Amino acid sequence: MYNISVSPHIHSKESISRIMWDVVIALIPALLASIYFFGMRAFWMEVVTVIAAVLSEIFIKLLLKRKITISDGSAVVTGLLVAYNMPVGAPFYVPVVGAVFAIVIVKELFGGLGNNIFNPALAGRVFVMFAWLPEMTTWHAPLKSGWWQHGFNFFSAKLDAVTTATPLAVAKLQGLSNLVAQFSDKADMYWNLFIGNCGGCIGETSALALLIGALYLLKRKVIIPVIPVTYIATVFVVTYLAGADPVFHILAGGLMLGAFFMATDYVTTPITIKGMIIFGIGAGLMTVLLRLKGGLPEGVSFSILLMNTLSPLIDRYTAKRKIYGYKK
Amino acid sequence: MKIAEFTKGFIKENPIFVIMLGLCPTLAVSTKTVYGLGMGLATTVVLLGSNTIISLIKNFIPDKIRIPSYIVVIATFVTIVDYMLHAYVPPLHKALGIFIPLIVVNCIILGRAEAFASKNNVGDSILDALGIGLGFTLSLTILALIRELLGSGTITLKMLDYGWVWKIKGFKPLSIMILPPGAFITIGILMGIFNHFKMKAEGKK
Repeated sequence: MYNISVSPHIHSKESISRIMWDVVIALIPALLASIYFFGMRAFWMEVVTVIAAVLSEIFIKLLLKRKITISDGSAVVTGLLVAYNMPVGAPFYVPVVGAVFAIVIVKELFGGLGNNIFNPALAGRVFVMFAWLPEMTTWHAPLKSGWWQHGFNFFSAKLDAVTTATPLAVAKLQGLSNLVAQFSDKADMYWNLFIGNCGGCIGETSALALLIGALYLLKRKVIIPVIPVTYIATVFVVTYLAGADPVFHILAGGLMLGAFFMATDYVTTPITIKGMIIFGIGAGLMTVLLRLKGGLPEGVSFSILLMNTLSPLIDRYTAKRKIYGYKK
Repeated sequence: MKIAEFTKGFIKENPIFVIMLGLCPTLAVSTKTVYGLGMGLATTVVLLGSNTIISLIKNFIPDKIRIPSYIVVIATFVTIVDYMLHAYVPPLHKALGIFIPLIVVNCIILGRAEAFASKNNVGDSILDALGIGLGFTLSLTILALIRELLGSGTITLKMLDYGWVWKIKGFKPLSIMILPPGAFITIGILMGIFNHFKMKAEGKK
């Protein structure tokens, strides 16, 4: 027996498809940045991954005899996010398997959109990361002179960049001063990390492009900034207290992508404000712990996935009763 | 003697995918096809021995100390299997390691002793042991085959100098499949498929 307050009810224009297509629009700046820094191969990787995600969703929906809901755009978002988490040099089967795993196993086998425990794109990334660790950890430096000087070959999927290490890996293994030495000074390093001119996954390097997308989502009220702000602030404060460079840690790696586009997934994060704050702080603490003390240089994916598992528990202890009506 | 006691172990009461017993060795040793097969057969031998003896002596075992009594019988056969493997197939013994002595506490064996052998005659108990044991061997081999194929790109059915190894050319193996997550993912999917067909079969009746 559910009690719902008496009419009139406010009718919202929100729907899954409006939200998902808004997220797709918000991801476009990062897509342009990925092409700008890593060339056409990044673009084709994104196209192939999105196609793989959509096709695998159609396939699994037919197999499980569920209604096909491709038009809601959730498979497109998952495919794009999986692609954004790939190094540009990865063979194309890596993001394809990641997208198929994300859609088929992480999303549909757990009951489809709304029932998945883990963020599909992140779980897909972690799966392929441990499946093909060498391919997933070989990084390429951005094209030094930009694609316009190489000649704009639309169909080119070849790599013409040199391998490098991500800023986080350099800072971890050789110390931050060695990383700063690669740039003219510290401010120059921050600026290059901010615009995305550094090695890393194709969609994560450009904090600027991701922030433009995030602003769009905030303006359209698709996301509220609680988790991203607490997450990034926690990373900033804890790295400062730990004696590391806080500005470097919020600009480097996948923090911006993770905080704005993955830790704000409606399904796998808490629904209450208090819960969101706990989620953001927890993810921030885990990220710093993994980055500074873990074996791998980056920890954003793992910390968000870990907090995903805690979300139902956080919701249980923070949910106010009587929000949407209550059970007698 | 009823033949149904033998056949139930494969689908209807499949120890791994339906009753979900013995998962610990299952997850640990299913990294190569031959290990899965070896572990399954070793367990089958122990199960056969323990079920036979326990159903023979069931009337002499006091009810209050039946579990320790079963364990003594099971441990005897596990020790025999352990020494036999060590003597004749040392590489398999080395690969399975601690999981051979741990057959003593494998739930499948104690479960069959408690639930079946202590209540039924010798003939049925032997059939039950063979059915459950071979059902376990089959499931474990399938699991190991899938994991090895995806995780190493090979199928190993070679022990000592017998058998063969088959390798896929040009396949980049997904190393996660031979790590623990690969075991959980594979077993989850296989369990789902098994239950799907089991429910379908029950629905038709």
